[in-house]
Amino acid sequence: MDLALITPEISLLATVVIVILLDLFVQQKKILAMVSLAGLAVAFGFSVHLWGGSAQSVFNNMMVMDKFAMFFNLLFCVTAALVVLASSDYILKFDSFQGEYYALILLATTGMMLIAAATDLMTIFAALELISISLYALVGFLKDAKSTESALKYMLLGAIASAILLYGMAFVFGFTGNTQLANIGNTIFNMSLSGVSAAPGLMLGIIFIIVGLGFKIAAFPFQMWVPDVYEGAPTTITAFLSVASKAAGFAIILRIFYTAFNFPTWMSHDWGMIFAILAAIGMTVGNIVAIPQTNIKRMLAYSSIAQAGYLIIGIAVMGFSPALTYLGQSGVLFFLAGYAVTNLGAFIAVIAISDKVGSDRISDYDGMLKTSPMTALALSLCLISLTGIPLTAGFMAKFYIFSSAVQNHLLWLVIIAVLNSVVSAYYYLRVVKVMWLNEPKFEGKVETSFGLKLALGLSCLGILLLGILPNYAMHLATLAAKMFGS
Amino acid sequence: MNFNILSLIIFLPALGALIIACISNSRAKLIKYIAAFFTLVPLILGVILFFNFNKSAPLGTMQFQEKASWIPLINAYYHVGLDGISLPLFLLMDFLGFLVVLISWKIDLRPREYFAWLLLLETSILGVFASLDMLLFFIFWEIEVIPMFFLISIWGAGRKEYSALKYVLYTLFGSAMMLAGILCLYFTTHSLDMTYLIQNGIGVNPAVPATLVFFLLLGGFAVKLPVFPLHTWLPDAHTDAPTAVSVVLAGALLKMGGYGMIRICVSFFPTVARQYAPWLIAFAVVNIIYGAAVTLKQTDIKRLIAYSSVSHMGFVLLGIFTLTQVSMVGATMQMVSHGLITGLLFATAGLVMHNAHERDINKLGGLARQIPIITVIFTIAGLGAMGVPGTSGFISEFMVFLGSFGSSVLHAKIFVVIAILGILMGAGYILWLLQRVFYGPPQDKFNGTKDADKLEIFYSALFIVAIFGIGLAPSVLANIIKTGVAAIIH
Repeated sequence: MDLALITPEISLLATVVIVILLDLFVQQKKILAMVSLAGLAVAFGFSVHLWGGSAQSVFNNMMVMDKFAMFFNLLFCVTAALVVLASSDYILKFDSFQGEYYALILLATTGMMLIAAATDLMTIFAALELISISLYALVGFLKDAKSTESALKYMLLGAIASAILLYGMAFVFGFTGNTQLANIGNTIFNMSLSGVSAAPGLMLGIIFIIVGLGFKIAAFPFQMWVPDVYEGAPTTITAFLSVASKAAGFAIILRIFYTAFNFPTWMSHDWGMIFAILAAIGMTVGNIVAIPQTNIKRMLAYSSIAQAGYLIIGIAVMGFSPALTYLGQSGVLFFLAGYAVTNLGAFIAVIAISDKVGSDRISDYDGMLKTSPMTALALSLCLISLTGIPLTAGFMAKFYIFSSAVQNHLLWLVIIAVLNSVVSAYYYLRVVKVMWLNEPKFEGKVETSFGLKLALGLSCLGILLLGILPNYAMHLATLAAKMFGS
Repeated sequence: MNFNILSLIIFLPALGALIIACISNSRAKLIKYIAAFFTLVPLILGVILFFNFNKSAPLGTMQFQEKASWIPLINAYYHVGLDGISLPLFLLMDFLGFLVVLISWKIDLRPREYFAWLLLLETSILGVFASLDMLLFFIFWEIEVIPMFFLISIWGAGRKEYSALKYVLYTLFGSAMMLAGILCLYFTTHSLDMTYLIQNGIGVNPAVPATLVFFLLLGGFAVKLPVFPLHTWLPDAHTDAPTAVSVVLAGALLKMGGYGMIRICVSFFPTVARQYAPWLIAFAVVNIIYGAAVTLKQTDIKRLIAYSSVSHMGFVLLGIFTLTQVSMVGATMQMVSHGLITGLLFATAGLVMHNAHERDINKLGGLARQIPIITVIFTIAGLGAMGVPGTSGFISEFMVFLGSFGSSVLHAKIFVVIAILGILMGAGYILWLLQRVFYGPPQDKFNGTKDADKLEIFYSALFIVAIFGIGLAPSVLANIIKTGVAAIIH
């Protein structure tokens, strides 16, 4: 029975309904957070159960529940849970619609789970819209001028990107006659060599798909929305955007390009090279523009553009790797896991500190080590992980993905990437420096709720675990990378 | 040794750092005693290791090995061990680790963080020398960046934040090159194990040319040693770091570069090394002569000693890339000897700066009358730096020159003759420094300057005993180093 296979999504949808209804009756909004967490835990449990089984396609091959989809389900559940935990303080800023906040986060997570499992162009688009619309609303939640501006920018640019994506999908459909990814792949494979080159519309469709999805993953040159949207959105949603929405984007790019466009080889080398160049420019632009930033949210936004660049290296590797090897994909998956805990940790610490000092300026973080040692230490650990210094998840992730790149003859890209890591050390360590060296500007400790402390602690634990004993996580990533595999 | 003594020595300081991190900043005395304990025990264990080293083991075997599977997916093991080259350097860091705690005894600003970072630094340097797996080596190599950043930028002087950041960025740049090289090695050989790579190198017809990998790896070590023109971080970092950190920096961190060159560049790529050796010897001579020339111009005590380190590391580079047994033994001995001598120079310079409140050589003078004990210590250290016979400095420089002169590398003899000028210039700057700072007419403004107290005399004595011990009985050390070098150069 197909429904039994999409239990994670169904459980999350049920939780959404329960949260919205409960919101009408309860005064204590903390209960809604706990219900959301319970729902996420149930979805997590179902995903673990489905991981153990073999890959199954559901709904006439519109979706497939394989280990790849389950890996992302687990990642999204954990990310959403950490964001919900961290929101327990932040939510007091909203005068109304607190229940809807949790419900929208869960809806976005459902959309992300759907897109990780989607194998048909239409399912992909439907899930993408579910994610996007939930996030448009969430970005504007603070309802002040900045937040509304960010939401509007995000919505307009997102809508244009979705439109281009749809246009690209239409081209691909027109030239292959299929919407299912596997069938598209087969059709292209069976086209003669001259047939494919004589179908420029197909190439155009692929380019448009890269554009539309590139917007989601903050790839250069579609990254212009990132700093403004990240700065204006509520910081919890910024965290959610930077980690989960990006992961969803990467999931679907990996799925589409591996299943549908992997043959013929010259075509995969073509888009592989496109992604490699986008990665190289994206990393450099992200890192260089991050240097003069004085607002920590904008700095982290540009840093996430650079981190997306490192991730896109994995997609390029996939394009250049021989058939039936999955180094690029497993690199991307492991990097996403490490990046999730690191970036979430950084943003959660920023939530705590900015709440206390009332601003997002880096110079206001002076002397945080003296006043709030634990929070400052946690933020330092996250920033050191983002730089890629060993004993942290960030280093292991970079090592793994760069290793996969070297093994597929992309040494030039790795050299650009490691040089970029050096540049990034400058602005990450600048924040660490002001926290440790300068005299504190504000007296008193940063007060945080239990939920936020728990989320921060779990993130730091994750960073150290993935940095020192990464083998199990790498193993899971390798298993999941074999899409459709049993 | 049945139980894992090597890992114990490596991680004891880190354990000490964790314990110290939990103690409040107000209990400074407790912190310092804990730090001393957690560096003294590794030192004692290290000395035991030294005397248990088997000099007649078959060539190329690593001793005290420990191997455990760590990340099977990428063939990475937790693999540590020592041989004739790494054991003296390991013991040097053990020794310096304890001494810098004593040198830092008077620190009163945020002692908890200071000693925690210092102990973590010791663990990372010990790990670099003991590592036998490339990923583990790289991890230990990178870990030292963060403690150094904090130690220099918080407890330093002058342009400390600038120097700390410069140090970090330079080191990370070198490490970036090294990482690319390690990834290429892994790609071509699918092994991260150093013992395997020493045996087999990069293989025949590798997918990435051996020369490229050699230079990528060399880049990382060249920043650390440092090799001209990548040396510009060194004067700033040494001058602006607190005294004890300068001692560790000059004494052990620079040696990581030389060790890497021997262990990785020369061992894994013998043919490439021989092919490009003339170039590298040329750079070594530039280090020696240019370093010594710039040293003559300096007016700040610490900056002078820092530039002299550049010059002395040139001797190490010369000894390594002339690729003879005697010169490489000399290079390793020079690393150990320089660590001790320059360590003592920095410690004593720090003492002079702290007590006389003056770092400018032009403003100092005639201190021998007021602080005789410090004068004697500094003079002995200076004699070592000049390479006076009886000190370890002489025997190591002599072996480097002896071995290099007989080297089969192209143009070696010409470069060696030019390099000998460096000894002359070395005598110049050391004697000039001593004369200007200590000897000469005493100045009234320095009356009442505190002389060395018991603790300072104690650690200086330890340094001096080691310097003269190696200088008067060098075969104890040389025989051990030879077993390691013989495996590389046949």
